[in-house]
Amino acid sequence: MPYDPQLVQPMRDEVTRLGLVELPQAKDVDAFFAKREGTVLLFINSVCGCAAGGARPALRIALQNEVLPERIATVFAGQDTDATARARSYFADFPPSSPSMALLKDGEVVHFVPRHMIEGRDPASIAFDLVQAFDKHCARAGSKR
Amino acid sequence: MGTFHHDKCELHGITVVVDTAGSRVYVGRCDDMDEREIVLMDADVHEARPGAPSKADYLARAAKYGVWKKHDRVVVPRAEAVSVRPLRELA
Repeated sequence: MPYDPQLVQPMRDEVTRLGLVELPQAKDVDAFFAKREGTVLLFINSVCGCAAGGARPALRIALQNEVLPERIATVFAGQDTDATARARSYFADFPPSSPSMALLKDGEVVHFVPRHMIEGRDPASIAFDLVQAFDKHCARAGSKR
Repeated sequence: MGTFHHDKCELHGITVVVDTAGSRVYVGRCDDMDEREIVLMDADVHEARPGAPSKADYLARAAKYGVWKKHDRVVVPRAEAVSVRPLRELA
């Protein structure tokens, strides 16, 4: 059962403030993924404090990198359930977990951060792994958010 | 280790591997454990029988991608477990 939207809103705001586009409905997800070219980071947000509490700050750190994915979006697991299910359908070979992050290039997953690689780690360590993936696969100049 | 639920065990919220002396291995999110049992959520149970992936192969893939949940909740008798460790330590 979804949490109280008011409880969840700060967790949504924490990532939309970073410039992530929120995809609350399945049709938003389809529209986002309709363009296959280029690099995309999709962050599957979560209420879980044990893991998402580290994932969101990690994202903030990683998005200060010099190169970034061209487009960055988020869905909220357990809240926007249809949108999350649709998002996962774009990388259906990967077991679902939340929070998690998928970096896609030209429609193919090139880097995936499952929940177990987030939980119990400090944000800087999670961000370091993400930055390595950005450096390897992305080309858009970051704006030092 | 990354949890603020002080009434739970140290590994609460962490995806763990529970290995056994036999062919079975469990992977799931640790809810709690004590001297009697280990409670896993969203868990998978792998039997490394002949013809199936070995424990090592199964865990290598699990460490990279995670596991497909087959059970909402699994209770592993503590006596069955020979080790409990975070899955990410295998990555």
